[in-house]
Amino acid sequence: MNYLLGAFKPACNVLITFNDGKNRKQVTIEPMQGKKIDHNGVKVELLGQIEMYFDRGNFYDFTSLVRELDVPGEIYERKTYPFEFSTVEMPYETYNGVNVRLRYVLKVTINRGYAGSIIEYQDFVVRNYSPPPTINNSIKMEVGIEDCLHIEFEYNKSKYHLKDVIIGKIYFLLVRIKIKNMDLEIRRRESTGSGTNTHVETETLAKFELMDGAPVRGESIPIRLFLSPYELTPTHRNINNKFSVKYFLNLVLVDEEDRRYFKQQEITMYRLQESS
Amino acid sequence: MLDGTEDEEKFLAAGIAGLQQNSFYMHRALDSNNLRDALKYSAQMLSELRTSKLSPHKYYELYMRAFDQLRKLEMFFEEETRRGCSIIDLYELVQHAGNILPRLYLLCTVGSVYIKSKEAPAKDVLKDLVEMCRGIQHPVRGLFLRSYLSQVSRDKLPDIGSEYEGDADTVSDAVEFVLQNFTEMNKLWVRMQHQGPAREKEKREKERSELRDLVGKNLHVLSQIEGVDLDMYKDIVLPRVLEQVVNCKDELAQFYLMDCIIQVFPDEYHLQTLDVLLGACPQLQPSVDIKTVLSQLMERLSHYAASSAEVLPEFLQVEAFAKLSNAIGRVIEAQPDMPTLGVVTLYSSLLTFTLHVHPDRLDYADQVLGACVRKLSGKGKIEDSKATKQVVALLSAPLEKYNDIMTALKLSNYPRVLEYLDVPTIRVMATVIIQSIMKNGTRISTSDKVEALFELIKGLIKDSDGTSNDKLDEDDFKEEQNSVARLIQMFYNDDPEEMLKIIETVRKHILAGGPKRLPFTVPPLVFCSLKLVRQLQGQEENPFGDDASTTPKKIFQLLNQIIETLSGIPVPELALQLYLQCAEAANDCELEPVAYEFFTQAYILYEEEISDSRAQITCIHLIIGTLQRMHVFGVENRDTLTHKATGYSAKLLKKPDQCRAVYACSHLFWVEDHDNMKDGERVLLCLKRALRIANAAQQMANAARGSTGSVMLFIEILNKYLYFFEKGNPQITVASIQSLIELIMNEMQSDSTTSDPAAEAFLASTMRYVQFQKQKGGAVGEKYEPIKYEPIKA
Repeated sequence: MNYLLGAFKPACNVLITFNDGKNRKQVTIEPMQGKKIDHNGVKVELLGQIEMYFDRGNFYDFTSLVRELDVPGEIYERKTYPFEFSTVEMPYETYNGVNVRLRYVLKVTINRGYAGSIIEYQDFVVRNYSPPPTINNSIKMEVGIEDCLHIEFEYNKSKYHLKDVIIGKIYFLLVRIKIKNMDLEIRRRESTGSGTNTHVETETLAKFELMDGAPVRGESIPIRLFLSPYELTPTHRNINNKFSVKYFLNLVLVDEEDRRYFKQQEITMYRLQESS
Repeated sequence: MLDGTEDEEKFLAAGIAGLQQNSFYMHRALDSNNLRDALKYSAQMLSELRTSKLSPHKYYELYMRAFDQLRKLEMFFEEETRRGCSIIDLYELVQHAGNILPRLYLLCTVGSVYIKSKEAPAKDVLKDLVEMCRGIQHPVRGLFLRSYLSQVSRDKLPDIGSEYEGDADTVSDAVEFVLQNFTEMNKLWVRMQHQGPAREKEKREKERSELRDLVGKNLHVLSQIEGVDLDMYKDIVLPRVLEQVVNCKDELAQFYLMDCIIQVFPDEYHLQTLDVLLGACPQLQPSVDIKTVLSQLMERLSHYAASSAEVLPEFLQVEAFAKLSNAIGRVIEAQPDMPTLGVVTLYSSLLTFTLHVHPDRLDYADQVLGACVRKLSGKGKIEDSKATKQVVALLSAPLEKYNDIMTALKLSNYPRVLEYLDVPTIRVMATVIIQSIMKNGTRISTSDKVEALFELIKGLIKDSDGTSNDKLDEDDFKEEQNSVARLIQMFYNDDPEEMLKIIETVRKHILAGGPKRLPFTVPPLVFCSLKLVRQLQGQEENPFGDDASTTPKKIFQLLNQIIETLSGIPVPELALQLYLQCAEAANDCELEPVAYEFFTQAYILYEEEISDSRAQITCIHLIIGTLQRMHVFGVENRDTLTHKATGYSAKLLKKPDQCRAVYACSHLFWVEDHDNMKDGERVLLCLKRALRIANAAQQMANAARGSTGSVMLFIEILNKYLYFFEKGNPQITVASIQSLIELIMNEMQSDSTTSDPAAEAFLASTMRYVQFQKQKGGAVGEKYEPIKYEPIKA
């Protein structure tokens, strides 16, 4: 790479605009006043990249499409190139995680032989909407420690959209410990890599207190957790064999000696088409 | 664990500081209409309420401060909705708070605005709120939160007539909400006792009772709901509340809540739901002070019954008495450990109730007493002083109510209850009964009643078995016996036969009284009998003259026996007096042998029993006085008796006494209205004899001390002379009077006589009388004319 390149002002301004958001886009190239640009061709690429942070910032393109915008020549003045990637498959959503990033980017390259190519990136976000799942069972489970604590909990669904509300209840069948409080946590587990090279990162995105104080047998504690305040993403399963993002509801009971009793349940997050 | 009030003060101060700081920021956010910050800081402010370090008392202080702030927040929310912020969004937004306690406080606050906005039915919002509040399981925090909910919702219940009224079942929604909140609060409250170490139990119980009004307020809210009519109360409210009360199995809560129920709901409801309410009582914990609860209930119902006569049929209709009575029985069975005090208090209340509500149903009152007896049986005498007091209250109630012992006498179980009291209390009770009779002037007119009454007051009538009266104060004893004596005077019946029966009954009872009591009780009985005699005497011409079993004679026989009983006790004077009274009565009945018999008895007593000289003097004068009035005796009898009397007189110990008795005897021979009893000669004999004795006395006095005081006797005798002279006794002549006057003058002028102003005055007034008679002129004047008197010139 030509390290001197950065020392100078760019030879031109490259502006990538989305005309109407979906397909029609254009690239406007405007050389600096009174300059011309010699080039060996202008192209625009649409790239879908997965970037693993621990892998020295290497990224892997899972999608790559190219449109040639111009044949080699010179640009003297502002010039606009409309372009269109008409039927692009963008199977994955943009994702920005702890160890991994999935991004979509438009890359405009003005090839120049001697002075180094001029490259301009424009990120864009992809969201994939899912229809409401046809089967969405509730999660219902009885758990406990023998002769110590038995509870039954229920979440109304197993699949939630991002603005959903978790409704449920916890029913205490047996309580022999002194519980101080009970929280419901939303945890995200991001696993990247594969095989021995797997990195798992778990974050607690929400800690929502459900109960204060010690219940007795027979108490039933309601759950109503609005998901909208939290920055959640849809569940990603084995994206391009590179990473997965899963969500869990973790029910945590804390006793007076600060011992924690918990039960984790996976929930599936999806993005529902907003019908506004 | 930290304790100590000092630490607590510190925690409270810290809590208040935190609260104030956050509320300051909250206000700033409110002022700048910054909803997000307002929510953030209000949540932080409310987080101060998450503390576990404060006692309920201090926590309350903190809560009140937060409460004030929440009012402002609520106003802000209202404005916010007016500005176009959707209340539904707001309702969701506050639920984003991560900590549950601030979240729920905020939710309740917004919920209140939500209801006011009427964008959703009040019942739905309320239902949601009350459900969500389940998240707080910590007793104190939960209680306060729910109390807050109750506070903000009480004017927003979908009650009938309220602006939040909903569809057809609107009232049940309102009731359901309050009931649920109540139930949960009660659970939390009950649970409080199990929190923390056992050694602080007492402190915790105290704290709990400080919080009880938070729970009780729900019942108050329930009672304020317009739509709760009797049916609803009967079918829903009461069963649900009672279910909770019974199931919570907590002494403090059960007692308090039962009391609350009784106090907050109208009497009319209680009356119509007695079954249910009372049904719950035996199910309460054995340690619950059920007696107070039931007493309160009965007291309220009594007042209700007293409030207007119109409600009385209702009482009858629901058989209030039977139900209460059963309930009490069951409660006592269910609580075998209930102290006697409790049992008695219950019955006492029940009795008060029935006396108010069914004053005409004596059988009810008797049933109560009977039940009480059954419960007391086997427990022996009551020793607990409080219980004793209650029994006294129980027994006094009918007396006060009816103001008439007759009614109480009809209560067959009354004396049986009395038996369970200890001896002193029985006596007190008996005194109370007697006082009641006296106060109301009740006449006791049949022997059955007398019998019953004596049964009641037998503590006063005789010594109870095996107990001595040693401890009893003499004055008290006298007081008691005097009241018994007064009581005997209250027995009266116009029908002689019945009266006689009464007398016989009384006699039977008082004879059991023992030597200490007889002197008090016999005289009234004797006089009672004599009253009867007089009554019979007045009706002498009555047509039943022959076949009537009640004749004066018979009564006199009885009297004789009665007085004889006194012989065993050293009270001869009393007996003698009574004999004389009887003799006089017999005299009036023209029953010579009877009168003679009485006199004989009196004489025997005088001779054999009365040895004290003072007593003799008194008695002899009594005898003389009585005998003087007797006209029934034939000459022979009379002679015997007068002879004896004169003889006794002359045998008195001291001369002056002899003298006085003897001149008194002179009257025995001169009875004014009976010409056949005027024996002037014997009168004179007596007087002369008196003179002689006076002389002898004079000499004895002279010999002993060289002075004399007995001029007095001479003047007294002079007065007698004048009396008989005036009455026309031919044996009393002017000469004899004149010589007596001279004698007196001599005596008074003799050197050895120290001047006696009393005697001089006496003489002077005697002579003034003579002078006065002279001046009257006419026959009397002439008679007196010859008497000469030269006053002494010093």
